Amino acid sequence: MADRNQKLYRVLTRNMVLLVVGVALAPLILTGIVLLSQFQEAYRAKVIDHLAELVQKHSQNIDGFLTDRLANIRVVARSYSVEMLADGQFLRRNLALLREENGGVFVDLGLIDSQGIQQAYAGPFNLAGVNYAEANWFRKARQGEHFISDVFTGLRGTPHFIVAVRQSAEGRDWILRATIDFEAFNALVENISIGQTGFAFILNHLGEFQTKPRYQVTPDRSPNLDFFKSHLKPDRVAVTEKTDQTGRKLILAEAPLKGGEWILCYQQESDDAFAQLHHARRVTLAILLIGGLLIVVVAFVLSRRMVNRIAEANKQKAIMNDKVVEAGRLASIGELAAGIAHEINNPVAIMVEEAGWIGDLLADEDPTSEENLAELKRAVNQIQTQGTRCKEITHKLLSFARKTDPDIHEVSLSEVVEDVIDLLKQKTRYANVEIKADLDPDMPPVAASPSELQQVLLNLINNAVDAIDASGGKVTVTTREDNGEAVFEVADTGQGIPEAILPRIFDPFFTTKPVGQGTGLGLSICHGIIHKLGGAISVRSEVGQGTAFTVRLPVVNRSTEGGS
Amino acid sequence: MIQTMVLLVDDEADFVETMSKRLTKRGLGVLTAYSGQEALEKVDRDGASKVDVVILDVKMPGMDGLETLAALKQKHPLIEVIMLTGHATVESAIEGMKRGAFDYLMKPCNLDILVGKVDQACRKKRLHEAKILQARAEMIALRRGD
Repeated sequence: MADRNQKLYRVLTRNMVLLVVGVALAPLILTGIVLLSQFQEAYRAKVIDHLAELVQKHSQNIDGFLTDRLANIRVVARSYSVEMLADGQFLRRNLALLREENGGVFVDLGLIDSQGIQQAYAGPFNLAGVNYAEANWFRKARQGEHFISDVFTGLRGTPHFIVAVRQSAEGRDWILRATIDFEAFNALVENISIGQTGFAFILNHLGEFQTKPRYQVTPDRSPNLDFFKSHLKPDRVAVTEKTDQTGRKLILAEAPLKGGEWILCYQQESDDAFAQLHHARRVTLAILLIGGLLIVVVAFVLSRRMVNRIAEANKQKAIMNDKVVEAGRLASIGELAAGIAHEINNPVAIMVEEAGWIGDLLADEDPTSEENLAELKRAVNQIQTQGTRCKEITHKLLSFARKTDPDIHEVSLSEVVEDVIDLLKQKTRYANVEIKADLDPDMPPVAASPSELQQVLLNLINNAVDAIDASGGKVTVTTREDNGEAVFEVADTGQGIPEAILPRIFDPFFTTKPVGQGTGLGLSICHGIIHKLGGAISVRSEVGQGTAFTVRLPVVNRSTEGGS
Repeated sequence: MIQTMVLLVDDEADFVETMSKRLTKRGLGVLTAYSGQEALEKVDRDGASKVDVVILDVKMPGMDGLETLAALKQKHPLIEVIMLTGHATVESAIEGMKRGAFDYLMKPCNLDILVGKVDQACRKKRLHEAKILQARAEMIALRRGD
């Protein structure tokens, strides 16, 4: 019994824990996932948008710078004639002006004729008279109205780039050329930085750096060059995510510059760009984990405690049940005692009368006459008979009153039935009830406590007798074996139980007897006892016809081989 | 003095037999019955004048003591009834007293006390009967105008 309970409690605990954990964790996890994914999406979009904006602004900045520088030179080229510009002094003054107005961005100024010879030069280097006929930039500059070159080292040996304007005078071309300070230009781009690893640089369409990148850039520039293929319009920024050769995840933002000849590349490690997001994600996961752990622990502790309480309550209930059964038994004994006292009174009265009669006979004139002696003998015998009767009655009551022996023995149902019928002999006689026992002589024994079984039979037969009214009736008790079970039945011809009350008769404290006459515990105690023994009790009844209670009990396995 | 006639009613046969013998030895006339029904029949048959006192056991199967008492008192109010009770049924005996029983005794009873009560009861009955006779006589005398 205890083992069955232990298993039940374990199952109960497990179920409670699973339920609580499931119900608590599910929404938590769901919320976490949904929120995280939503937030992730939104944040990523924001970061990318921000990057795009930034890069666009900077690209506009840089393009603006280039345009402005070009404009500067164009103004000079268009304002003065070739002759004026061919004057070195004049050039120097213009350069000085330009430098003053533009923060030292211009390095030098030069006038080059259609042959490629620098006719006039103003600047820190010694480049007057230099021939640029073979120079790449010269060739390109002669082709258009104006030209901005890539960054190159050139004759002076330091990186720079050229802004050149072509003018025609008297049928000949000449080019006014200015050099832009690489450092100043670089600074524009170098200053773009966000986060820990974000930096920008400019590439030309061959993948050559036009500015010095702040950090180490991987040698393979193919991800960046893919950009050229996409033919983006100016002012559009393309943001992509790529993994470089070392396995780092990068965000690349690229914008076209200089009419598409250059690209402004902005590069940042994904982890850095999304640092906050990743941090939030980590924190959320941590909370989820800790929260989840806490939930599981608390669920366990709570469930265990709850189940312990239940176990304790059940134990108390079982103890209470036992007490109730005991109380019921004592009440039965009380009732019995009254009946039995009366029962004893009769033989006692007879004994007293016979003794008195003996006294009368002895006081007679001839106490020893034959007639008198015969009477004396008869009276004495009668006294003995009645005395024995008293003894039997008191023994019956004593056996019933013995403290409930909870130990299970092998009990013969038929014996118990006979004992109980005997106990109730007087009651049945006065109630005008015929009680018949139909007992199977080969009844196998059942495993039960004899006093508890007595109690059950006493309750059932008492109820049966009570159900019969003063006009009399019959109570039949049968025992038989059926399908490996021991079955006994108590049937009466009494008033019956209406169908409406039938389901309630086993409820504790349910009685149809007037107050003070019945405790309402009898059938509920029977029910409890039978169930404890692993059996079942059922009832059939019809109003006006009678009632039959059927009890089934498991049978003690008999040895099948020979044996006693 | 005419012999007191007693009707013993009890379902316990042995008790009735012995009690009957003892009462007879003391000079009482004894009739016996083993149930309330039988008792009523005997009284009806032999006539009220014959039976003076009924000694009635309270607890009997079928018609019990109280019912028998009620029936007796209805048909033969002058017959006195003494109730005998086992301890558990004292209430019934007292109830019987309320309904006109003369007295009650606990079983087992002291025979002398019982006989004493029977005498008292008988005397009461006889006295009552005498008064009735006298009243009748006076009524007749009045009519005759003596």
